[in-house]
Amino acid sequence: MKKLLLSSVVVLIGFTFIGRLSYLQLFRFSPDQILDDPAIKKVYDYPERGYIYDRNGKLLVGNQPAYDVMVIPREVKPLDTLEFCNLLGIEKPEFLSKMEKARRYSPRLPSVLVPQLSKEDYAKLQEKMRHFTGFYIQKRSLRYYNTKSAANVLGYISEVNEWDLKNNPYYVAGELKGRTGIEKQYEEILRGQKGVKHIQKDRFNRDIGPYKDGKLDTLPQQGKEIQITLDKTLQEYGEKLMHGKRGGIVAIEPKTGEILTMISGPTYDPALLVGRQRSKNYSKLHYDTISKPTWDRSILAQPSPGSPFKTLNALIGLQEEVINTDTKFRCYHGFYVGNTLRGCHCGGGVRDLNSGIYQSCNAYFAGVFRKIFDKYETTDEGMDVWEKHMKSFGLGDYLGTDLPTGAPGRIPDVAYYDKWYGDGRWAASTIISNSIGQGEIAATPLQLANMTAAIANRGYFYTPHVIKSIGNNGKIDPKYTEPRYTTIDRKHFDPVIQGMANVYNHGTARWVKIPGIDIAGKTGTVENYIRIDGERMQLTDHSVFVAFAPVENPQIALAVYIENGYYGSRYAGHIASLLIEKYIKGEITRKDLEKRMLEKTLEHEYAKPYSDEPFEINEYDW
Amino acid sequence: MTGKGPFGRLDWISVILYALLVFIGWLNIYSTSVGETSTSIFDFSTLYGKQLFFIGLAALGIIFVLFVESHFFERFASIFYIVSIVLLLGLFVFGKTIAGATSWYDLGFFNLQPSELAKVGTSLALAKFLSDIQTDIRTGKHQLYAVAIILLPALLILPQPDPGSSLIYFSLFFVLFREGFPIYYLGILIFAVVLFATTLMFGTVWVAIGLIILTLLIYTFKKASVKIPIAPVLGVIAVSILFSLSVNFVFENVFEQRHRDRFALWLSLEKDEEKLDEIRKTIGYNTYQSEKAIESGGFAGKGFMEGTRTKGDFVPEQHTDYIFSSVGEEWGFLGTSAVILLFSLFFLRLIYIAERQKSDFSRMYGYGVISILVFHYFINIGMVIGLLPTIGVPLPFFSYGGSGLIFFTMLLFIFLKLDSNRLKDGI
Repeated sequence: MKKLLLSSVVVLIGFTFIGRLSYLQLFRFSPDQILDDPAIKKVYDYPERGYIYDRNGKLLVGNQPAYDVMVIPREVKPLDTLEFCNLLGIEKPEFLSKMEKARRYSPRLPSVLVPQLSKEDYAKLQEKMRHFTGFYIQKRSLRYYNTKSAANVLGYISEVNEWDLKNNPYYVAGELKGRTGIEKQYEEILRGQKGVKHIQKDRFNRDIGPYKDGKLDTLPQQGKEIQITLDKTLQEYGEKLMHGKRGGIVAIEPKTGEILTMISGPTYDPALLVGRQRSKNYSKLHYDTISKPTWDRSILAQPSPGSPFKTLNALIGLQEEVINTDTKFRCYHGFYVGNTLRGCHCGGGVRDLNSGIYQSCNAYFAGVFRKIFDKYETTDEGMDVWEKHMKSFGLGDYLGTDLPTGAPGRIPDVAYYDKWYGDGRWAASTIISNSIGQGEIAATPLQLANMTAAIANRGYFYTPHVIKSIGNNGKIDPKYTEPRYTTIDRKHFDPVIQGMANVYNHGTARWVKIPGIDIAGKTGTVENYIRIDGERMQLTDHSVFVAFAPVENPQIALAVYIENGYYGSRYAGHIASLLIEKYIKGEITRKDLEKRMLEKTLEHEYAKPYSDEPFEINEYDW
Repeated sequence: MTGKGPFGRLDWISVILYALLVFIGWLNIYSTSVGETSTSIFDFSTLYGKQLFFIGLAALGIIFVLFVESHFFERFASIFYIVSIVLLLGLFVFGKTIAGATSWYDLGFFNLQPSELAKVGTSLALAKFLSDIQTDIRTGKHQLYAVAIILLPALLILPQPDPGSSLIYFSLFFVLFREGFPIYYLGILIFAVVLFATTLMFGTVWVAIGLIILTLLIYTFKKASVKIPIAPVLGVIAVSILFSLSVNFVFENVFEQRHRDRFALWLSLEKDEEKLDEIRKTIGYNTYQSEKAIESGGFAGKGFMEGTRTKGDFVPEQHTDYIFSSVGEEWGFLGTSAVILLFSLFFLRLIYIAERQKSDFSRMYGYGVISILVFHYFINIGMVIGLLPTIGVPLPFFSYGGSGLIFFTMLLFIFLKLDSNRLKDGI
C-alpha cells in the first residue's frame, strides 16, 4: 500500500489533468478567428476617395486634409489648459470632459480629442504643439466641394452606423460611407478597397510587430474617379435662378439620356455636411420640415403635371387614329361634362391640333380624350390602351435612374378607378381631368423632362442617368445606352412638336422667346391644395414648363416646376428659357429678364398658409 | 561501460526523459520570448538565450554531481541542510526583493534563490535522519523531529513571502508515509482539507449537521456485529466542529483579501455574479487568460511560434509559471497530453528506481526528490488549467529561471548518482 501510494497519486493526477485538458481543448474549444482574435489588431490603410468631375471635366468633388487632435492620456504632462483650449477653440469644461472620456476609454491608447480641425486652426496649433506633451495631430481626408451646388445629386458621406456594420462586413466602425446621391450609388467605385495590416498585440494592447510577417496583409486599392453628366455651369446657374423659389428642374440631353442639370430648391451648400459642424448643420437641414432642403424635389416631388401632359394625349389620339391633325373641337370657353361647364382660358373658338396645343385648349384635349375611349367598346379597354401608351414614356413607374432615391409618379389604371369609384361606375367623362394633366396623374420633374426628351427624340428615350464615365476605361452600365421606344410612331411627333414650337411663336409662351433658338415647349398651370391643421386650402398654382431646343437636332430637354409660381410661363417658362439660352449659347442676352429671375423670390407665397390670416392666391404682382 | 566511470550505471531512461522535458520547455520559452529582431539562439539578452545558458550551467552541475563520490551526499547531508537554513535566514538581512518577495541573493550575473537549494538540503537531511539506524519513525518523538526538519525551512520561506515554495515542503510528508509514518495521518489531513473547503462553502452549521447525519447513517447501516464506541465518535465530531469554527476565524482574520478572493473564485464562494466577474478580471485574470489560451489551441494547436496569445504575451508570467499555457495554445491537446504523459512516465520511472534501492538513504532521498517534483507539477499545471487556486510555483525543467532549473537538476542527478552506485552499496 505505502509503496503504491505515490505511484497512484501520479497516475490519478495524470488522469485528472488529461480530463480537464480534454474538457478545455476538445469540448470547450473556441478557436481564435483572425477577425476577433484579441491578440491581432487590424490596421487599415485607406485609399483616397475617388474624385467626381462634371461632364466637361471640371472638378466637383475632391478631398481635403483635416486634422484630428489626438491624445494619449497617460503621456500628458501638465499644460497651460487655457492656452490649449483657446488654440483648439473649445471651452475648458468641454476639454476636461473629453480628457476624462479619453482616459476612461484607455490611458495608453490614443483617442480623438478634437476632430477635424480646419487648415487654419491646424496652422495656428502646429507651431505650439510641441508645448503639449501627450497630444499629437493625425491627418485624415474629408470631402472637398469645388461647388456650392448639386448637393442633392452629389450626396454626402458619413460614418457607418450599427446597421451598416451588421449588414456589410466590409465596414469597420468609424469608416465613412456614401449616404445619398452619387456618393451612395457609386460608393464601391469611389471608396476603393482599404488595405489591411495585421499587427500582433500584447496584453497591454501594444503593438509588437506584424502578424505572420504580413502574409495576410493586403494593399489598398485606389478609389476610381468618376465623371458625371451634370454641367457644372448650368447647374450653378440654375440654382441661382431658383433662389427664393421651391421646386425642381431637370434637364436632359435627349440623344443620350444624360442628365445635364438636376436642381431642387431650396438646396444647401454640400460643404455644410463636412467637418466639425456637420451634425449641427444636418439637424438644421433635416428638421426644416416646411421648406425641406434635403428633400430632392427634382426626383421626389410628384405634382400633377398639368398642361404639358396634353401633348401626350394628342400623341395617343394620333396613334390610335381617333384624330388627325385637322380634327377640330369647339371651345365654349370650356367644355361640358354632362351639363357642367368646365372652364378654359384659351379664348374660345374652333381648335385643331396645332392651336389646341399652343393655346393649351382644355376643350380640345377633353374631346381627344373622349375619342380615345370611344374607340373601344368598354371603358376598361380604353383605359388599358391609354395607360399602356402613357407608361411607355417612363411615367407611372420608377425610371431606373442611377440615383438611390426616386418616386414612381402615377398613371391611374382600371384597378385604381374601380377601387375609387366602384367597378363599372366610372367612364371617360368621370376622369376627364386626366386629359389636361390634372386629376389623378402625377409625375416627378425628372419624368416630365424625360417625357419631353422622348418627344424631342420623336419616339424614344434613354434611361436618364448621371454617370458619364468611371475610372480609366469609362464603361458604364449598358442599360443607359439602350434606347427605350415609346408606343407612338415617329410620324405623329412632328405635328405635336409644331404645336409646341408655336407655343413660343404665338402661344402661351410668346413672351419668353430666345432670339436665334427655336424652342418647342408647353406651359402648365397646376391647381394645388394644402392641408394645414386639417383645413384644406387652395394655394397659388404651381408653375410648370417643359421644353426642348433646338427643335431640329435637340440638345436639351427640360422640365421646370416651381411651387406656387402661378401660371406656366411666369416663373417656370422664364427660368426654362434662361437655362436653354445659357446651355446653348453659353451666355444670356436678355439681361433684364435674367436680373428679374435672379432677384424675384416666392417667399411671400410660401409664408401665406402659415400666416394664420386669410390670403389671396394667384395675384398679379408681376 | 561496466560500472566504471561517472556515467557508468546512470539510468539512461530517466536522463532521456529529463532531457526531453528540458528541451520542450526551452522550445516553449523560445516561442514566448522570441522577438522580431533577435537572430541567434545564443543571444543572452533574450530569455531563451539566458535559459540556454542556464541549461549549460545545469549540465556543468550534472557533471559535477556525477564526479562527486556518492557517499559525499549522505555524509554531508546535515551540512547541506544547515547551509540552506543559514542562507534562508540571511535573506532577512541581505535578500534582494523581486516582485514583492525577498527570496533572492544578487550574485551579479545570477539571482540565487536559496529556497531552491533548501529543497535539496532538506531532502538530504530528511533522508539522512530517517535512515539513521537509531531513528524509529513509529515513536512520536522521532515523528516530531522529522516533521520539524520539514517545517523549519517552510516556516522561514513563508514570510518572504513565498507561500508557494513554502507549501512545497509539505510534499516531503510522502517520504514519511513511505517510511512508516501512520497512513491515517494522511486520512486526517484529507479530512481536514474537506472540512476546510466545505466550511467555506456551506458554513459551520451545515458542516455540523452533515457530520451528525453521516454518523447516524454509519450507525444505521453498519453490521450489527461491528461495535463502534460512541465516546470517540462524539469527540471526533466535537473536534471537527471546533476546527470548522477556527476555519472561519482563520479565513476572515489571518488570510488577506487576495487569498480570500482566490478561494472565493476557486470554490465559487461568491454568489454575486457581478462581484465574481470582477474577481475573475482581477485576481482570476491570469487563470482566465491561461484557460482561454489553452482552449484556443484545440486538438492540434496553432503550431509552434504561431500562438497569437502567446506572442501577445496575453498570459502573464507565461515564460515562468504559466509556460504550460503556451504548450496548450501552440501544440493543442496533443501537446498537452504528451507533456502530461512524459511527466507521468518520468515520475513512475523515478519511483521504480527509488524502490529498487538497497540503501535506505538513497530510497528516502529518492522519495523526497519525487515528492517535490510531483508537487510542483501538480500545483503548477493544476493552477494553469484552472483546477487549483493561483499558487506561484514553477513547472520543473520547463519554466524559465536559473535557480529552478539548476537545483531541480541537482536534486534529480544526486538521486541518479546514488542510483548508479546502488550495487556498490549492496556489497
